Formats: sequence, C-alpha cells, structure tokens
Amino acid sequence: MAARGLRESAEFRATSAALRARLRRPVSLFFRLKERVIEWFLLACGMLSAIAVALIFFFLFKEGIVALRMVPLSQFISTLSDVTKYDPVEDVTTVVGQQRDFIWQPVSETPKFSVVPLMWGSFGIALISAFISTLCGVGIGIYLSEIATRRTRDIIKPMLEVLVGIPTVVIGFFMLAVIAEPIRALASGGVFSWLHIPFYNRSLNMFVGALGVSFVIIPVIASLVDDALRAVPNDLRAASLAVGATRWQTTWRVTLPAAVSGVFAALILGFGRALGETMIVMMCAGNAPVIHLNPFEPVRTMTASIASEMGAAQYGGLHAHVLFLVGALLVTMTFLLNVVVEIVINKYRKRIRL
Amino acid sequence: MADATARSPNEADSAPYYVELRRLNFFYGEKQAIYDVSLGVPKNRVLALIGPSGCGKSTLIKAVNRISELTPGTRTEGDILVGGESILAANVNTIELRQRVGMVFQKPNPFPKSIYENVAYGLRIHGVRDKATLDGVVEWALRHSALWDEVKDRLKASALDLSGGQQQRLCIARALAVQPDVLLMDEPCSALDPIATGKIEDLIQTLREDYTILIVTHNMQQAARVSDHTALMWMGKLIEHNRTEEVFTNPREKITEDYITGRSG
Amino acid sequence: MSAAPHQFLGRAREAVKSRSRAPLWALLFESIVRGITGVVLVALLYIVMTIVWHGAPRLDWEFISQAPRNAMMEGGVFPAIFGTVFVVLFMIVMALPLGVFGAVYMVEYAKGGTFSRITRAAVNNLAGVPSIVFGLFGLGFFILFIGKNLDHYAFDIPRNEAEAKVWEQRVAPQVKAARDEAVRLADEKSLHGGDRGAFIRDYVSGHAPVMHKKVFGQGAMFWAAATLAILVLPVIIVSTEEALRSVPRSMREAAYGLGATKWQVVSTVVLPQARTGILTGAILAVARGAGELAPILLVGVAFSMPGLPLTEPVNFGFFKMPVVNPFSEFMHLNYHIYTMATQQTNPELSRPIQFATTLVLLMITLAMNLGAILLRRHYSRK
Repeated sequence: MAARGLRESAEFRATSAALRARLRRPVSLFFRLKERVIEWFLLACGMLSAIAVALIFFFLFKEGIVALRMVPLSQFISTLSDVTKYDPVEDVTTVVGQQRDFIWQPVSETPKFSVVPLMWGSFGIALISAFISTLCGVGIGIYLSEIATRRTRDIIKPMLEVLVGIPTVVIGFFMLAVIAEPIRALASGGVFSWLHIPFYNRSLNMFVGALGVSFVIIPVIASLVDDALRAVPNDLRAASLAVGATRWQTTWRVTLPAAVSGVFAALILGFGRALGETMIVMMCAGNAPVIHLNPFEPVRTMTASIASEMGAAQYGGLHAHVLFLVGALLVTMTFLLNVVVEIVINKYRKRIRL
Repeated sequence: MADATARSPNEADSAPYYVELRRLNFFYGEKQAIYDVSLGVPKNRVLALIGPSGCGKSTLIKAVNRISELTPGTRTEGDILVGGESILAANVNTIELRQRVGMVFQKPNPFPKSIYENVAYGLRIHGVRDKATLDGVVEWALRHSALWDEVKDRLKASALDLSGGQQQRLCIARALAVQPDVLLMDEPCSALDPIATGKIEDLIQTLREDYTILIVTHNMQQAARVSDHTALMWMGKLIEHNRTEEVFTNPREKITEDYITGRSG
Repeated sequence: MSAAPHQFLGRAREAVKSRSRAPLWALLFESIVRGITGVVLVALLYIVMTIVWHGAPRLDWEFISQAPRNAMMEGGVFPAIFGTVFVVLFMIVMALPLGVFGAVYMVEYAKGGTFSRITRAAVNNLAGVPSIVFGLFGLGFFILFIGKNLDHYAFDIPRNEAEAKVWEQRVAPQVKAARDEAVRLADEKSLHGGDRGAFIRDYVSGHAPVMHKKVFGQGAMFWAAATLAILVLPVIIVSTEEALRSVPRSMREAAYGLGATKWQVVSTVVLPQARTGILTGAILAVARGAGELAPILLVGVAFSMPGLPLTEPVNFGFFKMPVVNPFSEFMHLNYHIYTMATQQTNPELSRPIQFATTLVLLMITLAMNLGAILLRRHYSRK
C-alpha cells in the first residue's frame, strides 16, 4: 500500500525519527509552570465575584458604621421632639410634652435621620409593584408555558427580552412625561370621575412609581415563572388531562402547585428588584420623604435618597455616612431575600428530581 | 518489551505484552465498573474487546490513556503498563502518556476547523511550528489513514463537510500525527454505514503493522475480521481472553459461547 | 416511563382544545391570561412608539454630532453619546476578560465542590444587588479608598484632616520663606499700601508650595467603568458558562486524547467554539451597562462640561492627537435625560430634546439587545 511505502521512505523516516524524538521529550518544567500560573490566574478571576460581594459589604458597612458612632441607633428610627405651646398674652413658649417623630430631614439645623419614611416608600412601592407584576408576570408565564404555541412563544419571548433591555431611565422618563399627568387627570376628574378615586392630587406619587417599576419586574417574573412551569414534567400534565381535567384545572390544580416554589422564588426575586430600583422611583414617585397612608401621595425610597442626596452631601460628613448606612441596610435586605430564593430554589430542585 | 512477566490466566500468546493490565479495578464513585481484569496485547497486534453494552469495555480502554480521569469521582486500582512502564504511577505525565497512546472515539469528533488544522492540531499543541514539518506530517498521516486522495485538493475545507466515514478516518489521521505507539479505538464504526466501516477495517489491517491496537466493538464479525486476540467482557469482568479464532471457534466458557452465537447479550 | 401517557396527552389536548365543550370559567381563565399578555405587549409597543413619535422630529445629524448650546436648549447631545460610548467601552474591556476567565475556571477547572457553590451564590447575589449600591460601592471603594490613596502616595495629597494639618506644618517654613522674600522684594521696590499687599499675595501664591490637584480621588470615567464592570460581571459569567457548557464533551476528549493540557484544551478548542455565546453575553453586558444610570451617578457623571473628556495632544510620532482621558468627568445620555426631565425649572420647554435624547439611547440599547437575541437564536439553531 502507498501508505506503508511512504512511511518507509528514507526521507520520511529521517523526519519521523527526529519528530518522534522531539515529541517524546519530557514535558519541560517551564511548560508545567505555565499551566500552573494560568490556573492561578483563572482562579483569581473566578474568585472575583465572591471578592466583589465581600468588598461591597465591607465598604458599605465601613463607611456606614461611622454614622452609628456619631448618632445613636435609636435616632435612625425615630426622634423625640418637644411639643411647645405659645402663649400670646405672656409671649412665652412653654414645653408641654414630647412627641415621637419619624422624620427624614438630613439637611436642617438639627438633622433628623429616621429611615422609617424611606422604608415606607421602598416597601410601599415594592409591594404595589410586586402585586401588579405578580398578576401580569404569572399570567404571562402561564400563557407562555401552557397556552402559547411554539410560534407565538418565539415572538413573545424576544419581545419580553426587549422589555428587559429598555433602560430604566427611559421607563422613568416615559412615566413622567407621558403617563403621570393623564392618569391623575383621569382619576381626579373627567370621564372617570365617577370612579371617584379619593385624594389623587399629585401626578407623581407612589402608585405611578410602582407602575413604572412593574415594567422592569414583569419580564423577570414572567420568564422565571415560565421556566418553573416548563420544568414540571409533562407526565404530570398528561395524567391530569387524561382523567378529563380541562387545561384550566390542570394548570390550577396540578402544574402551578408542582411549580409553586419556583413561582414563589420568582416573586421574591421580583420583590427584591423592586426594592432596589432607583431611577424610576426617583423620577416618578414624587421624592418626598413623608409617611402617608394614601398610596397616591409622593414618597421617597431608600434608593432615591442615596441617589439624590449623595451628590450634595459632603464626603466624610455625617449625612454621607448615614447614606452609606442606608445603602448597607438595603444591600443586607436584598442579600437576605436572595438567600431565601436560593433556599427555596434548592428545595424545589430536589422536589422535581424526586 | 522484555519485562512483561506476569501472565493472565487465559494466556493468549507467547509474545511479551506491550500493553498490559494487571488486576485492574475501576470505580465511578461508589459503583464499581471493572472487576479485577488482567489482560494484555503484544506489540503490533490487535486486541478486540467484545461484550454487551455497559459491560465496561469502553471504560477499560479509556483507562489505558487515563482519559477516564476526566470524569470527576473516578478511581483506578491495580496497574496498567505500556511498554513495560506503569502509567498509573504518580510521576507519569498524562500529556506524555496520551501522546504515546492515541485514541479514536465512538462518534467521529473532528474539531470545527479545516481538515489540515485538524491533523496538525496535535503537533501544534506539542510545540511543532515549522510549516515544512507540519505539511509533511499532515500528508503522511492522511495517506496513512487512506484519506489523502479524497481530501488533498481541499485541505482548507472544514472537516465538518466530510462524510461520517471520512470524518472518522480524519480522526484516525489526527491521532496518528502525534506519532503514538498504541491506538485505542472505542467502537470506531458504530456510527458509520457498512461501506465506511469496511474502509476503516481495511485501515486497521494496515495500521497493525506499525501500532499496537485495542479496539472495542459490539460487532462480532468485525472482531473476527480485524483482531488477533479477543477478550470478552461481561458485567465488568473478563470472561475469556484468547486468540481470536480460538474464541470464535472453540470458546472455553459457556457465556462466550452463548454470546457469540447470539443467545445472550 | 412508558409511552402511554403521552398518547393520552395528545388525545386529551385535542379534547380540551375543542372549545365548545369547555366550561365557561375555563374560557375565562384563558382569556384573562391572554388578555394580560396582550396588555403588557401593547404597553411595550406603546412605550417604544411614543418615544419614536415624539423624538423623531427633533432627531437629525446636528443633534447627534453637535454639543449642546444655549443652556442645553439648542444643539445636540454629542458629548453625552461620546461619554456613554467610552464608559461602556472601558467597562467591557475590564469586565469581559475577568468574567470569561472566571467562568472558565468555574466550568473547566473547579467541577462541583465548595468553590463552585460559593462562586455560584456570589454571582447570584451580585446579580441581585441594587444598582445604586454599586454606585455607593464605587464611591466608597474606587474613589474614597483606592483613588484617595493613589493621590496620597503619588501626589502627596492629604487623605484626612489630620494629614492636612501635617502637610500644612511641613510646608509652613517654605511658606514663611516665600513671604519673607516677598516682603524683601516689596521693600526693594518700595511698594506701599494696596499694591504692596497685592504683590506679596501674588508672590506667595506663586512661590509657596501648592497642594496638587486631585487626579484619582474624584469622580472619573475610569471609576465609572470599573463600577459598571462589576455590575455586568454576572451577565458575562452566566452567558459564558452557558456557552462553555454547550461545547460537546467529545471535543474536549478529542483534544485531551492527543495530549493537550487543560489550558490548551480550553484555549484552542473550548473557547473558540464558545465564542458566539460569549459574544452574545458581551453585547448584553454592553447594553446593560449603557442603560444604567444609578451606579455611575455618584462616580463622575457630569451634567455639562466645557469640552470632551480628552487629554492634551499626545505625540504618536507621525502625528499628534488627543486621547480620551479616563480620569476626567464625563457626560452621559442617561444623566442628560434625567436632569433635563427633572432638574429644570420648566422641563416642559425642553420635552422635544428629552424625547430625542431618549430615542437615541433607546436605539443604541435596543439595537444591541436585538443583536444579542438574533445571535443567540442563530447559534442555538446550530
């Protein structure tokens, strides 16, 4: 055969012998060292995320704890102030009692740093938007996984991804410039006046902020719910459909319960996102650190406080340290939410495997 | 090689073994896949490993170039010798080992590169850079794997454009290019049609002149056609190991007889 | 599992699909779910269409290529586009290698085990950290820690009040010497009254040691990019991991079988085959980075700048040209929109500019997102 002829040709034998000798050389120390160095380098890159998380916690608390040394902890919740009474006849002001205030007033003669109004704003917006986006997100998730045909799915999924890709400033601007005022007009007068939404006076308020935030969270929840539902084995659906259940019954009684922890994880994750959203709430929630039971009044969230006040706060001053402390509080809360999600999802994975 | 002294109970040949397994046990985590297997193959001979699927024959040959270690949680006990040297010793470098012990896999797995680059890959990773050597070895390897005439005009074409049989021969050429002594073939024809299979079998017949070959196959006719020795594996154990014609015409074990006559497996 | 349930599934689905027998509430359920999906998609289209509708009339070449004039009411947004582009460029240059190599370690080197678990948890957590917290971190770590220390060691700038006092004490003799010299010169020239005071002041400020201007310890494009790089790290890691895992095992085995080392397998076989997936991740990361404002709000974004953030002309041998100065503040599209819409006395007046700026930003980010989606679809088909 030609092949053997070639191998036995003198010319090739010469190269081949040299080549074999060269290939059989033991792997050099330099080569091994290079592999090792590369591996260490990759390890360093791999550890970067963990290091980043640790550094974030460290530097936020490092800057924040300074504030705790300057101001007692209780003042971050409430402050006691004197209730005075002015007597016009005698022209004297007398202290008649004390009153507990929840006031965020970082730039005044006696700054007040109660984080309660900020948490009120944050949680209020997060709860309202979590409610809206749970309705919509779970609905879309069910539609995508249980009802949509392959082709509609292929159209809707990318559209949701586009929605994820819209910068939050754009959504904030859209709510501010296009949506806020018409909603107020509708709610407080005009054709919808019979709806009679009371106290809807300000165009920028907690509700509008929450509506904007929902746009960011709906696609997150939708795609996670879709994933959770699609992870439910088809046999389970088949079993339900085979005994004559309708699609609604199957989804409601079989598929959703089987995926319940996945859906739950999606909701917590969505809530965490809403808690951390900054630009939208800064632009359309009115930015007033006040506690109002009325959801149509302006609020300021923790995130918006940091973003809007840090620029004016003096680095190294008390206000800046307090804002770092608020950040530390925020990152701790989202961290805990993430831990809950992790636990829920791990349990869910185990259940699905069983 | 001289020092292959230990003999398996089912002695196959009087020649010394070039590749030898001594009391090999292999574990995937807790699960044992190979039980106490001892066998060998002399230089320039072909050993066929047959047996039903899942009997451990693939695991066995993957242990010979230690590619089985890539799966986490595996463990090897016993010893494997290639050219008289243990390859499981701590100081053995797997890079050097795998260069000496080439492997052809079940499914053709050419890289998504050109035909030329596929064959040259092994040389490049071992530091060969000059164009003349690369060209020479690529041509030689392709001729040696009986592919040259079919691809010599399109060496720059993508290897994925070749047919399945051509891809498998390309994989053989790729393995030959790094100048191994031993070739491991893990069911090289299982994904191929009969004509391509015939070409690979012819190729194995030529290759045995220069290489020691271990081939795993589930096709008994193939084992009978290409191999000098045959070993039958059954549930991780070695049942019979003998010259091929002995195994097929005069099996010693009942299991072997049942298996080759198609009554089991 | 036997095939039987699936046969049932087919038949059962047919039965359910025949609407005539479906009960009313089942129909209602389906309509609600369809309705919700429809409403959200319509809302999405409405957002995009509105911005295009209001933004397009103002959008022209001048708007893209010119700097703002007349208190932002005329001209264009070129400096903001410039800042946005270069910030994400610096960001991706930092984040891409780190993220890709990190993912390589997770997938190819640390298979399972504690390391993987910790890193996985860290990546998930990083993805959930609120964006403003990244801004705080950028301020606290990059500017107030690294930048300040760099300034201190490179330019002798005090880091705190105690060090400032020490600095003043140290230069006090030189200041005194300068003052004495000034007095002497003033006497020599026989200056009197206000002229004398002005001369002494000028001479001292010209000859006494001056504190160096801050270079690193202030908001800058580089720190903003570094902050964003940490923000997008999870995006890159997750998509790279996915891409690496999609490379078939047989490819790795083939390379190992020829005697390749781990790094050779990774660099010559796995990474080249994963490149489309990695590219998709990179594009998504760039789109994400271009769309975030909260993290860079505290680390160097500026509302208005006299010129582009460039250095003095640098001599390249054949020609001289200025290069981007990474330690300068910068303008940014997102910040432009934000300030125009909320920080002006009458934002209604500049609405057309706001819409047009938003349209520019939306076009940039959506184009990149669509590109990533198409790319992913293309390679997942293959």
